[in-house]
Amino acid sequence: MFKKKRGRESAEIPSSSLADMAFLLLIFFLVVSTIDVDTGIGLVLPPPPDEAEPPPPIRERNLLKILVNSQGMILINERPAAVTEVRERVANFVDNANRANDENLSVSPLAAIVSIKTDRQTPYEMYIRMLDEVRGSYKELRDAESMRRFGVNYDRYSSTVPPSDDEIRKVYPMNVSIAEPDPGSN
Amino acid sequence: MSKFKKKNAKTKQEVPTTALPDIVFMLLIFFMVTTVLREVTLQVRVELTRAENIEKIEQKRLVSYLYVGPMVLGANTFGDTRVQIDDALIEEMSFIRRIMYDKLLEQPKLIVSLRVDRESEMGIVTDVQQELRQAGTLQINYSTRRLQ
Repeated sequence: MFKKKRGRESAEIPSSSLADMAFLLLIFFLVVSTIDVDTGIGLVLPPPPDEAEPPPPIRERNLLKILVNSQGMILINERPAAVTEVRERVANFVDNANRANDENLSVSPLAAIVSIKTDRQTPYEMYIRMLDEVRGSYKELRDAESMRRFGVNYDRYSSTVPPSDDEIRKVYPMNVSIAEPDPGSN
Repeated sequence: MSKFKKKNAKTKQEVPTTALPDIVFMLLIFFMVTTVLREVTLQVRVELTRAENIEKIEQKRLVSYLYVGPMVLGANTFGDTRVQIDDALIEEMSFIRRIMYDKLLEQPKLIVSLRVDRESEMGIVTDVQQELRQAGTLQINYSTRRLQ
């Protein structure tokens, strides 16, 4: 009687702890895995310069030249400017002060090109800050246009349409040009 | 009679847990597949800059990282600014072109994410960019953290 009972109990493999082990492994992988997304500023580089084909001519008024020197000081169209000024200047330039047809500002947002030029000794942080300011000013313009047309900000609008149908992007394309830097003094 | 009754009670008392390991294993396998365990061992210091207007890169599979920063020599000592791709320091700038060209052939939609130390100068970043242009990897991304 006693012997028979024991035999019956050990007939199947105890699998209750299997779940515990699997849970332990599961928790390990949950903790270890990093589902972090890379964030940053996206940019498309121009293709390598072609000697046979010179770059297309750009009208002077359609180009906003931002120059950052090795001390992190800024020149906008050859005039010194403060970092805090950049955003407003870019927005003004791109939008031509609400289409006021100023001679010194861009013909239209479509034609506007913002060029950022640096020295070799320019701190990288300063360069990123400059890019950030330019992007910020475009964001403001796009937000305003999106609010006017669709009543939502640009982020929400752009998440509802594919990039090829983005009406706001067609009005305000971001043309940022990274100029080849001056050799500077080494 | 009494023996028969006892046996019957025993089979009905427990919650059937035989399927539990299967469920858990399924989750486990999912996490094992999605996890990228091996991060690159950095030989250069990369402290990212912060910026406000940044975007997320959704397709992580398209991204290839390139690290720029002062070489780590020991605890708190740093050497010259160097470039690292995957696990190797780049000896000559022209190597970047070849490496990136090979990667582009494997993944035509390659995005090169530049993880540059905040104290770097633009000179080396520009050199890297020139090499990337030559390689044809034109989609780049400056890795930055969100400004708090």
